[in-house]
Order: sequence, then structure tokens, then C-alpha cells
Amino acid sequence: MDCKRTLELLPAHLDQELGLPESREMDQHLQTCAACHNAFASQSALRDAVKQRATYFQAPIDLESRIRAALPLEPEIAAATAKRRPWQWGSWNWLNAGTMLASLVVLVWSAGLYLATPSPNELLAEEVVSSHVRSLMVNHLADVASSDQHTVKPWFDGKLDFSPPVADLTAQGFPLVGGRLDYLDHRSVAALVYRHRLHLINVYIWPAANERQTALHNLSIQGYHLLHWSEAGMVYWMISDLNPHDLMTLTRILQAQAQRTPS
Amino acid sequence: MTVTEAMKAKRFGEMALPHLNAAYNLARWLTHSDQDAQDIVQEAYLRAFKFFDGFHGNDARAWLLAIVRNTTYTWLQQNRNHVHSVFFDEDFHDLNEADSATLCDQPDNNPAAILARNDDKRLLDRALEQLPVEFREVLVLRELEDLSYKEISHIAGIPIGTVMSRLARGRRLLQACLERMN
Repeated sequence: MDCKRTLELLPAHLDQELGLPESREMDQHLQTCAACHNAFASQSALRDAVKQRATYFQAPIDLESRIRAALPLEPEIAAATAKRRPWQWGSWNWLNAGTMLASLVVLVWSAGLYLATPSPNELLAEEVVSSHVRSLMVNHLADVASSDQHTVKPWFDGKLDFSPPVADLTAQGFPLVGGRLDYLDHRSVAALVYRHRLHLINVYIWPAANERQTALHNLSIQGYHLLHWSEAGMVYWMISDLNPHDLMTLTRILQAQAQRTPS
Repeated sequence: MTVTEAMKAKRFGEMALPHLNAAYNLARWLTHSDQDAQDIVQEAYLRAFKFFDGFHGNDARAWLLAIVRNTTYTWLQQNRNHVHSVFFDEDFHDLNEADSATLCDQPDNNPAAILARNDDKRLLDRALEQLPVEFREVLVLRELEDLSYKEISHIAGIPIGTVMSRLARGRRLLQACLERMN
């Protein structure tokens, strides 16, 4: 075997991948040729250095558990062994009791959440109060300040997709102050402002979602009295710090008016 | 979840999980990144489990490492900037080929001597890291996993002759690299 052939086969010889006859020939040549022997020693040393000194990266400890968790290994083994396992009364009983207790807690909690959730009307009432307070606060009571219903009613045209019933009720002790646009219940609404003595009254009007009439409700929030009803396809919300009795009077007037001139 | 399925999973766990270190070591050497290697190995095990029905051999390690390798290469292709080692350029190759021709005339090239001169434990790692990936992988499989040419040929999907020539070339490159670093 010559040097060229020896150097070609050197790696395989080093890795003990040569057949027996070739291996013997290699050994014989290496014993007689110093140059090839040097090459062999050099490669052998390099191989040993890599084997001994190159880092063997160990898998992180949690990798196996991550793989086990990602594979369907655990639950399936658990299910299979559970089938074979004899009935364990004690542990089952406690497990069930625990599950029941947990369910009960969740049930009570969700019931509490359900009851604590404000109804749509309560939310709307809050909106009405905020709007009323704001209208008094920022000197923005009326976009159109007029006691003339024939000025106020046309002003809403083009600003709203409906025409609110507007009437001057000076004769009945509730002079019209004006009207403005407002935003309630996720839509633009008409706000009519009436006055009774020194008290201002906001009446919000918008079309009802359905034609069904709803009875008059009254409530008090933060010292304001609120009345709301729906009639003739319109929703009415009225709010003021006026006493409930006088507010009721205005309500009756508006209701009578709505019945007289259905929109 | 049938008992058969559970048996399959159990058998897979027994056959594949003992080779977790080998799988991780290969992926780690090919990607240079702990995090990537972990993700790749996890994905490879999921793939292996999927194809476990098709495995009828008895060399689970080679079978698994082939999947790890393929998963790694797919990942490397998707993150192409990691593929080319910084030191892998034509100059380096030419220099090395010239050097390796005169390898046996230079007793000073003995890596033992080189390594003795430099007690930096990271030297070999750094040299190996700089090798092009196709040489690095056969060296890692051969020297660190002690796999035969036949097993490497199966894992890397190359003929046994190519395994041998890549190992030889890889070793020459590694040697040249070590010399350059000294």
C-alpha cells in the first residue's frame, strides 16, 4: 500500500471502519512509513481531543417534562392505568366532595356576579344623570335657546333621524328653555329643556326600539328625580331636582300631548 | 384514549426518551442556540411520535437523530442567516486544502501539542463551531455520539463514502482552524 492510498484510507482506519485485510495493510505501512505514521498520530490526537474536550451538551432537565407534556404520553398512560386500577373508594369520595364544593363556590359566585350586574335601565339612568349634570355645569344647556316651539322643533330637522314632539308649556307653568342634541343609549337623542320656577328639567326623547308602551317608572339618583316611560314609539326620560309631584304634573302634560298628536 | 394508544405512547417513551441528550447535543451543535435546540428537539419528538408506527427497526437512536437532523435543517432554512458560519469562506478552504496536502510533513501540527500550548477549554468548541454545518454534523455524530459510518449515513442521508470524505475534510478543516486560532 502506497502513501497516497494510506492517507486516503487514514480516516476510515482511525474510525475502525476498514475491513480486516485493508486494516492489516494499513498497519504494516504505518509501521514502516514515518510520514504516514505522523499523519496518523496527528489525526488520532485530534480525534481524541474532540472526543474528550468538545462539549457534550446535556439536555436541560425540564426538556423531558416539556416533551412529556406536549406528547399525549401522560394522560394516556394515566387513563390506561386508571382502567386497570381497582376502585379506590376513599380517594374518589374526597375528590368528588372537593369537586362539588368547587362547583358550588363557582355557582354562588356567578350568581352574585349576575345579581350585581346593573340592568340596562340602571346604566341608562346613570347616563341620564351624568348628561343632566353636564348640561347644567358647562353652560351648555341648549343648542337652540328659544321658548318658541316653532323654532326649536325645526332646529332638530337634519340633526336627528326623528322629529321629537316639542311644545311650549308656559301656560301650564313649564316654559320651554330650548333644545339640544345629546347622546344616550348609544344614539343621538333630542334633549328638551323646560323650566319650572328656578328648576331646570331635561326631557330626553328618542325613538323606542319597539312600539310597546312601557309604564311610568320613577327613581331617585344623587338627589335627582328621574321619570321614564315610552309612548307612541318614543322613549322619554325626564330628570330634574324639582319635587316629584311637580315633575309628575309635567309628565301628565307630555303624555296627554303625545296622545293628542301621535307622531 | 385506548389501551393500545397508551401502550404505543409508553413504548415510544421507553425507546425515544433515553436518547434525549443525543438529540439535544446534535441540535445544539447545529444551531449554536440553547433555546432553538430545545424547541427543535421538542418538535422533533412530536414528529417522531407521529411517525412512530412506521418505525420497525431496532436502532431508535439513529432513527430519532435523523428526525432531529431534518427538523433542524428545516429550521435552519427558515432562519437562513444562521446557516453560514462566519469563518466559512473560500479563502479559508483554499488555505486549508493547501495546508492539508503537506499535513504529514509537519510534526508541529499535532493537535495535542497545539492544545497543550493553549489550555483554553473553549478552544476546541470554538473551532468546531466555526466549521460548516455539513462537516460539523458528521464530526459530532462520529466523535461525540460514537456512531458508525453506516449509522451516520442513515442519519444524514448520504452514502457511506461521503460520510468518510466529509469526516476527513472536516478534520482537516478543524485542524486548520485550531492552527489559525493559535
